[in-house]
Amino acid sequence: MAVQSEPVRVNSPGRSGAQQPPKSRRPAAGPSLLSRIAPYLLLLPAIVATLALLGWPLVKTVLLSFQNLNRRQLVQHTTEWNGFDNYKQLLTSAEFWHTTGRSIAFTAVNVVLIMVGGTLVGLLLNRLGSKMRLFLQIGLVLAWAMPIVAQTTVFTWLFDSRYGVVNWFLNQLGWHSMATYNWYSSQLSTFFVIVLLIVWGSIPFVAFNMYAALTTIPNELYEAARLDGAGSVKIFTKVVFPSLKPFFLGTTFLEVIWVFKCFTQVLAINNGGPERLTETLPVYAYIEGSGNSHYGMGSAIAVLTILMLAVLMAYYFRIILKQEDEL
Amino acid sequence: MRRSLIGRSWANIVAVVLFVFFAFPVYWMVTTAFKQNSDIISKTPVFLPLGGTLEHFTTASGAAQFWEMVGNSFIATLGAVLGSLVIATLASFAISRMKFRGRKAFVLVIMMAQMAPWEVMTISVYMIVRDQSMLNSLVPLVLFYMMMVLPFTIWTLRGFMAAVPKELEESAMVDGCTRAQAFVKVVFPLLAPGLMATSLFGFITAWNELPLVLILNKSTGPGSAQTLPLWLTSFQSTFGDDWGATMAASTMFAIPVLLIFLILQRKAVGGLTAGAVKG
Repeated sequence: MAVQSEPVRVNSPGRSGAQQPPKSRRPAAGPSLLSRIAPYLLLLPAIVATLALLGWPLVKTVLLSFQNLNRRQLVQHTTEWNGFDNYKQLLTSAEFWHTTGRSIAFTAVNVVLIMVGGTLVGLLLNRLGSKMRLFLQIGLVLAWAMPIVAQTTVFTWLFDSRYGVVNWFLNQLGWHSMATYNWYSSQLSTFFVIVLLIVWGSIPFVAFNMYAALTTIPNELYEAARLDGAGSVKIFTKVVFPSLKPFFLGTTFLEVIWVFKCFTQVLAINNGGPERLTETLPVYAYIEGSGNSHYGMGSAIAVLTILMLAVLMAYYFRIILKQEDEL
Repeated sequence: MRRSLIGRSWANIVAVVLFVFFAFPVYWMVTTAFKQNSDIISKTPVFLPLGGTLEHFTTASGAAQFWEMVGNSFIATLGAVLGSLVIATLASFAISRMKFRGRKAFVLVIMMAQMAPWEVMTISVYMIVRDQSMLNSLVPLVLFYMMMVLPFTIWTLRGFMAAVPKELEESAMVDGCTRAQAFVKVVFPLLAPGLMATSLFGFITAWNELPLVLILNKSTGPGSAQTLPLWLTSFQSTFGDDWGATMAASTMFAIPVLLIFLILQRKAVGGLTAGAVKG
């Protein structure tokens, strides 16, 4: 592909003298040198920043994962390479596989709830009258706009054992054993709070996008389906879903990636506790690395997590690139 | 479009229930922040606080280094957003207006960078920053936050730029502008809404960031480079069960973002989010 600039008929800036517009079609005789390298100059800052601030940390993560780097080495600034030891230790430890399984289950539960919930809310938005729609949209925006850290403090307060409104509500419903229940005492109930928090915070995004996508389906399609006697379920499976399939696939993968690497909510709710039973992979890497000062090991966990994410992202990009031929 | 009254009210009832589900935590945060302590720890929750108090806001804002952290948060966030705007404007102009070898590859890298796993890269970032003796400083925060929002900024600005008709630029050039002048005088003004929206979303991302600052800026005390998310997560351990103060702190932290979102609601819904915005 020849390098060519956009149809700029004017002389390029900065070149002295009149450079004639080239008559020949040879690629080398394009416009002036400056306008040929202009795009690269414009991209230079972005490329430098990406290499230095994103590329280097990525490489560094891989390098660290082959090192025996604990508190002592950190303080003494020594580098001890230990080959694949970290990986061998990880891949043979039950803890790592438990955490991986937990992360996958955690992601699956969250994404299913987010996608089903978001789709239903989006369909509802499409069905409501304009006033009620605005009303519900305000509620969704409020949840969506809450900063994640504020979300977690609020949820800790809602689920507080003594004065939390959730326990009070459950008690009122007649579930008296919940009156002073400590939600952070068991793995399952801690996960319940975390999942509720993430689903609550993520549904608005899906619902809004779903609604926006629904408005692009021409009304004639619905009417035709209805004339043919299709019910709501049939309309969804035969009309809505096929036209929005790319949307569903794209959003689902986006959510999978987001939830899989989700960190703040899991850490801030209960620090991965009780007894490290709610650690997902990113939190596990952080606690192993930073908390327990096993930086090399933490990096190895990070590398394995990144590899899993890379597989997910590869699928995501296959979907995206199919839709976006204009890039 | 006939729809039975029952069918419609059924949808409306669900809408109200959902509204409560989504809005209640926010409502509860704000009202708790204004409640008297006796109302906060009453046996029956007080749903409509009438005798409000500002006491909790005084407690929260009077906490050690609160204003310093507000300043830090603003410096880190604004620095990151401004930096990424400058870099992204240049880059998005190139990818939306020029054809060159490697364009597609660059766009792909940007799309992938948008999903960079920052959450698991904290250890290596810590090592890099430590080797530069830059721990407990705002400079690395500005730089890395800039990088976190850069891909998204490039991606969305590219969309806004592509929407500006090429003919406008060309006619400016026919009138004797250089390409750079045409950009500054014609395209840039039209980009203002795009720049605004993009930078506000960048603001939200950087404002929210926790994992990196958590590992980089551990030292507390005067002159610390900690930011508000860090302050808020450690707030509870400092203030124990003072839920009024905690909620007041959360409210103050959330207000800038809530305002931005309410302003941007329409833009947020229309396409801007198509790739990557998450509150």
